[in-house]
Amino acid sequence: MKKGKTIAEKILSDKSGVDAYAGQIVNAQVDYVMVNDVTGPIAFREFEELGMEPVRDRMVLIPDHYVPNKDVASAEQAKEMREFARRWSIDNYFEVGRSGVCHQLMIDEGFAAPGRLIVGADSHTCTYGGLGAFSTGVGSTEAAAVFATGRLWFKVPETIKVELTGEFRPGVGGKDLIIRIITDIGVDGATYKAFEFSGDGVGAVPVSDRLTIANMAIEAGGKAGIFPCDKLTEVHIEGTVRGEWTAFDSDDDADYCQVLRYDLGELESMVAFPHLPENGRAVKDADVKIDQAWLGSCTNGRIEDLRIAAEVIKGRKVHPDVRFIVVPASPKVFSQAMEEGLLATFMESGAYVSGPTCGACLGGHMGILASGERCVASTNRNFIGRMGHKDSEVYLAGPGVVAASAVAGKIVTPEQLEVV
Amino acid sequence: MDSIKGKVWRFEDHVDTDQIIPAERLVAENLDKMDEFIFEKVRPGMAQKVKDGDMIVAGKNFGCGSSREHAPRSLIQAGVSCIIAESFARIFFRNSLNVGLLLVECKVEANEGDDIEVRPKDGIVINHSNGKEFNFPQYPEFVSELVAAGGLMNLIKEGRF
Ligand code: SF4
Repeated sequence: MKKGKTIAEKILSDKSGVDAYAGQIVNAQVDYVMVNDVTGPIAFREFEELGMEPVRDRMVLIPDHYVPNKDVASAEQAKEMREFARRWSIDNYFEVGRSGVCHQLMIDEGFAAPGRLIVGADSHTCTYGGLGAFSTGVGSTEAAAVFATGRLWFKVPETIKVELTGEFRPGVGGKDLIIRIITDIGVDGATYKAFEFSGDGVGAVPVSDRLTIANMAIEAGGKAGIFPCDKLTEVHIEGTVRGEWTAFDSDDDADYCQVLRYDLGELESMVAFPHLPENGRAVKDADVKIDQAWLGSCTNGRIEDLRIAAEVIKGRKVHPDVRFIVVPASPKVFSQAMEEGLLATFMESGAYVSGPTCGACLGGHMGILASGERCVASTNRNFIGRMGHKDSEVYLAGPGVVAASAVAGKIVTPEQLEVV
Repeated sequence: MDSIKGKVWRFEDHVDTDQIIPAERLVAENLDKMDEFIFEKVRPGMAQKVKDGDMIVAGKNFGCGSSREHAPRSLIQAGVSCIIAESFARIFFRNSLNVGLLLVECKVEANEGDDIEVRPKDGIVINHSNGKEFNFPQYPEFVSELVAAGGLMNLIKEGRF
């Protein structure tokens, strides 16, 4: 009898037309390929050398890292992307004003959907696993190969099953779970593997949190982090998703290389200390003064994150020694936050609110850290010098902790703020 | 490529791509001079001292983090001939195959400055400074083909992908 399959095995079988299991190498049809302003230029040069027609409808070009243009060099780079889009008549090019952090835009614009195979020349392409897609980061050359052929080779990954039970306690969310997982298995604990989330607890995890969790699969070395598609997923993509999509669920007798179990109700607010995402600790045990709090990014820059942070900061003031920077991840998030009055709440508290961009998340612009400075950020990486000077420090946490810390001037949970 | 020889630059676990080349250097105008910036935040001055053929020996998870292909490209530009690590992050691994950077997955005993020889076809690393030999496995068939062709673009140009 045939063995059952994981979601990853099913999607890669579907897209390659081969009955594929973990360990096999398949050549699969890619639904969408995305590049950004940093990875795009190399991909464009590689592609032009081939002298082939591009699969234009399946290409998505998103400037987000250094736009609005940070300086002359980034302006030239953004121009390269714009000109490539024009030369090859790529409709899915998003100009500043209609653009945002690439992964959020891929969701807002309906490219990401259950059962799809999506690659992106950006490591956090794994985010769309939160919607049930198999999506993964590739390099510029591989993106160029997909521009030309619409296909790519994949080693079908083994899957780590993450069984969830219970519900998050108030103030605890997806960021806390994924920091817990990475801390438990290490930053290479899932190298060349996929995560699949399952169990009764999944239904209690909002889609926004699923996206946060899938986003950081790569921070454990993972190739993908996949959630099954359910009613919540369908509601989330309704009205935005482009074209047809098919959901896949795993079989009961599928093979997993490892099983992790978490009771969501037992998790607490986490913060990952410098300089690796595996350095997670309970926020209540942290005693760290901060200079900056940064809310945004493909990890936690969604409307749900902004709502959590705004509720914490409403009626309070940002600590006099702290800069609180709020960066909604996309135009849709930005305008929704405006309509709901969240941006006003942030500004009344003394925060700086910017338009959508990756900005300081990768040490680009708009919030770079000086030597010795510490930042608590809702982002996904706290590597050496990630947000600026090599002697600055980044602490990773969820949106509630970021907002509470902005008020307290040190890393705390919203509950601790009430006691202070 | 029967044998490559070079001196060792020693690194430990989890060398991320932000360390290899920082994000602020990732603009198109730098593409031809990325070698000037390698490891500038964690090993200032290394970029200027690397000699053609030098190798990096590291621990686990080399190349983790961002998908920037600038990382293996900048190392090649700097003259690095090979990276020997206990394990590699997957995107960095795939990128390296495509841009022609030799990766050897192997745990070796080596110190900074040691003289190392790699024999890819035999799957052997020899540390001439301490006299020790280490074996490493061959790539799967498709990956070997990809490496032999010099990356995915060449396979496409030859109509083989
Ligand atoms: S928000 Fe940060 S992690 Fe996400 S794509 Fe932009 S730079 Fe990368």
